[in-house]
Amino acid sequence: MNPIMDIAPQLARGLSITLTILVASALFAYLMAFIAGLCSLSKNILIRKITGLYVEIFRGTSLIVQLFWLVYAIPILFGLSLASNWVIGVMAIGLNYGAYLSEVVRSSILAVAPGQFEAAIALNMSSFQRMRLVIFPQAVRMMLPEFGNYTIQMLKGTALVSLIGLNDVLYFGNILRSSNLSYGPLIYIMVLVFYFILALPLIFLTRKAEKVAKKGVASS
Amino acid sequence: MTEPIVRYQNVHKSFGDVEVLKGIDLDIYPAEKIAIIGPSGSGKTTIIRMLMTLEEPTSGDIIVDGTNLWKMEKDEKMVKANEKHLRSVRGDIGMVFQHFNLFPHMTILENCMTAPIHVKGEDKKEVEQRSIEMLERVGLGDKIHNYPSQLSGGQKQRVAMARALVMRPKIMLFDEVTSALDPELVGEVLEVIRDIAKNDDMAMVLVTHEMDFALDIADKVLFLDEGVIAEQGTASDIIEHSQNERLQEFLSRFRA
Repeated sequence: MNPIMDIAPQLARGLSITLTILVASALFAYLMAFIAGLCSLSKNILIRKITGLYVEIFRGTSLIVQLFWLVYAIPILFGLSLASNWVIGVMAIGLNYGAYLSEVVRSSILAVAPGQFEAAIALNMSSFQRMRLVIFPQAVRMMLPEFGNYTIQMLKGTALVSLIGLNDVLYFGNILRSSNLSYGPLIYIMVLVFYFILALPLIFLTRKAEKVAKKGVASS
Repeated sequence: MTEPIVRYQNVHKSFGDVEVLKGIDLDIYPAEKIAIIGPSGSGKTTIIRMLMTLEEPTSGDIIVDGTNLWKMEKDEKMVKANEKHLRSVRGDIGMVFQHFNLFPHMTILENCMTAPIHVKGEDKKEVEQRSIEMLERVGLGDKIHNYPSQLSGGQKQRVAMARALVMRPKIMLFDEVTSALDPELVGEVLEVIRDIAKNDDMAMVLVTHEMDFALDIADKVLFLDEGVIAEQGTASDIIEHSQNERLQEFLSRFRA
């Protein structure tokens, strides 16, 4: 009997949670990144301050504690549970990485060469057109590699949801180990391999993104 | 006598504590070709950047086609112009930059087509045809689907001129457009400017260090020195009749 063949199908049962959490939290993080990134460049000081508060709180505190807060602390404090643990996992990871990525969005927009902005004015574009046609398409190219990197980190971050009772890959690994203690090392190596295989396409995409980013950008 | 299309009235500009322009009065007439010469740091570029709305004057007025560019009327008072007002006034002005500033994520045809379509709302087919004609005119008809990164500096600058021309401006501003080019590429860009100057009836303002070229094509030459227009006149006035010592000294540096 090959233990690897025993363990793999068990771990695979967690793939759907790991992958759905990753996809949903990544999309949510990208959305937050663009909203917060653009708000942090707003002329309105109140919007900038509120955005800054969000970014610093979520960057400056631990993701796992944020998860526990949402799952365990808020229900006791306010007497309500927010949503299913799946939704909370997506929210916590999305808000956390959205905060990091908003800084990528902000700095990429600022990194587009000022001459691009001036050329757009000389062609009499409105401020919205300047952003949409000239600045944003170049900024997005610069963002891509960092978005890839953070998405890989998010994949690894999804393992934390096993701690709020979600049945992801790590969760099933833990269950297996508690019934077969001697398999512990093999189980965790296989968990690592699972994550690595999942990360491979993301690593590949990030490499590609770096090539795209090098072309088609005038940065200062 | 026709009315000037642009009128600077006692325009001052400071950057921090440094006053770069100390009272500029200047009229630009339709179809007039003006060259601005002078030592580095004398404020030549700032003059045209203020007209393109890239730099706000510290005081004074710039009137474009009868409308105050940087001020607008609100509740019977003149207040600082907002974005909407600037857009409504600067539509007839185009500019070519020292560093080209082409959009690197667009082909050179797209560089030319974007603004007429999105800013002026013109028909795409018509704009495409006009853009191709303009790119052919500047000698780049075979490169319309290339990206700016695939072009030489001189080619980039010719695209930048086509891009500005497709907008059909009444006033074209040229900001040291050959300064960033390798010497052997300067000629091809100057040829295009000469062609525009000869065949198009727009007003042109050139800030340049190409002295012979400037004196050759300009109807009026301004010598800017220490923030004021120290001398102005036709090319021959400037070269032969000026008594201004600093101008003579400045010109002699180009005639070594």
